[in-house]
Amino acid sequence: MPRTSTTDHEPLGPGENAGSQRPEKRRTDPDAAGLGRARATAFVVPALVLIGVFLIFPALWTLYLGVTNWRLTGLAAAEPEFVGLDNYIDALTDDRFLSSLYRTFVFVIGSAILGQMVLGFTIAWVMRRTNKLVRGFVETLVLIAWILPASVIAWLWLVLLDRRSGTLNALLGTEGTAWLLEYPMQSIIAFNIFNGTAFSMLLFSSALASIPPSQMETARMVGAGTWATLRDVVFPNIRGHILTVLLLVTLWTFNVFAPFLLTGGGPGQQTEIFPVLIYRMALQTGELGRGAAFSLIMIVINLVIALVYLRVLRERRQS
Amino acid sequence: MTTVQTPAPPRTDSARFVRAALGRIGRYVFTGFVIVFFALPVIWLVTAPFDRAPALRLSVPEFTLQNFQTLLDNPYALRSLWNSVLISITTMVIVLVLAALASYALSRVRVPGRDVLLYSLLLLSSIVTGTAAMVPTFVLITELRLIDTHLAVVLVMAGGLLPAAIFILKDFMDNTPKSYEESARVYGASSLQVLRHVVVPIARPGLATIAVWSVVQVWGNFLVPFILLRSPDNFPAAVVMFTFYTEGGQPNLALISAFSLLFSIPVVLLYLFVNRRYGFRFYGGIKR
Repeated sequence: MPRTSTTDHEPLGPGENAGSQRPEKRRTDPDAAGLGRARATAFVVPALVLIGVFLIFPALWTLYLGVTNWRLTGLAAAEPEFVGLDNYIDALTDDRFLSSLYRTFVFVIGSAILGQMVLGFTIAWVMRRTNKLVRGFVETLVLIAWILPASVIAWLWLVLLDRRSGTLNALLGTEGTAWLLEYPMQSIIAFNIFNGTAFSMLLFSSALASIPPSQMETARMVGAGTWATLRDVVFPNIRGHILTVLLLVTLWTFNVFAPFLLTGGGPGQQTEIFPVLIYRMALQTGELGRGAAFSLIMIVINLVIALVYLRVLRERRQS
Repeated sequence: MTTVQTPAPPRTDSARFVRAALGRIGRYVFTGFVIVFFALPVIWLVTAPFDRAPALRLSVPEFTLQNFQTLLDNPYALRSLWNSVLISITTMVIVLVLAALASYALSRVRVPGRDVLLYSLLLLSSIVTGTAAMVPTFVLITELRLIDTHLAVVLVMAGGLLPAAIFILKDFMDNTPKSYEESARVYGASSLQVLRHVVVPIARPGLATIAVWSVVQVWGNFLVPFILLRSPDNFPAAVVMFTFYTEGGQPNLALISAFSLLFSIPVVLLYLFVNRRYGFRFYGGIKR
């Protein structure tokens, strides 16, 4: 979990490790170290306790918290009451919730799919035939934008977009344009593309390297143009990779908190994507019960994306 | 880039030439755009810390180290870096030890439902993200009276990182030969001794991976310490950066720029280390 802000780990790696057990060895030699069940259990329990208390329990607790009117302060903080499904019913009729969901949708489509994926793929595609030096330079730049801590990147973008003397205004000669106020959504989308493109680029460039050279050669022989080559040779070959990137990047972008560092959800509620809405509602306003209900909705959406991803992985392994 | 229709057998040379030229220009323009987009924000990180008058605008710096002096004078700056070190090392040690024990046991002893357990933990840790679980985590830590303690951040981070760590480490453990363990056992070593003196040295690459990965995760994490900590004294670097304002309410750029650089260097070094050893594609799996 603590994939909070932008990066965070995310264990669902592109399907490498998975099942690398070697069954025949195991059968001959199940317990070489002589651990025994009892000691093995003792080895596993501490980790499971920590996971249970700080990961599983909170997840299950949202079920309960979400049907209470728990608040940070005041009467409902001392004795939260059971309110049933009120929080969920309120959510579905609440403009703030619905427009936040819509904004999150725009944010994910814009920054994850159209942004990170398309840009990552294009970089991988163009760099494939560029000379080593340029390629190394470009890839390093994209990677740096990924590995720097999110807080640092947020500051770099605050500096870039500053109204009075930001670098962007100086370059474009648009003195006085307050990017974060006038184009808030576009700003956080660009910010997230900057921050996350590296993953798509890395995965796509290894995918492109896995296409049989003979097929690319054939495409060139028949004089296929770039678009025809992509459509008839490249995309069919890397379909699985595309799906993997699509789902992982969607999942991560949906859970990204870093835009909060840029705009704090504002101006007004214009950049209040779902994670920011939960933060503002639960921890700033103190409506923990409603926040928990929203958290549960978020976990369920995550679950759906992850299950689709697992399904894709299984199909890829079978084929 | 150029878009040309499908099979196009006989083409005149000039058409082909134009097409190639357009493609080339398109590639150059695109590459230039990518470089500007990704380099522009980062240049400031490299120049401003050494600029006598760091502004928001990029400028050729008038070289100075004064900004780092400002940083040393700020009571919170160094302290927060120390907090970051403390939190990430503690988390790393907990994750490493618990994940090594668990993955070793799971790799060597057949427990019914083991694979289901591993996969569901992994699934869980990727859907119960810091963002999605911030409300229950906050309430839990409040009820445990651990708000505003580093311990809270460490425990929450460790709980989130452990499933993936166990999953990755088990893979390494599966691939270590078991014959050494048998002979160690013949000489009367206890299981913990076997683990410490036989398994750990063999699984070292895997352990190093997990160590670097957890440190990077915790070092850059903003949300968990942000919601669980209250007093500026306890803030790690990722959070304290957003308190660096001058008395006039303007961002203290001298401090922020120098601090950003100092805060970023460890991550870049770790990245270079991993890149050197395993290639960056490996880091790809690691970062997220």
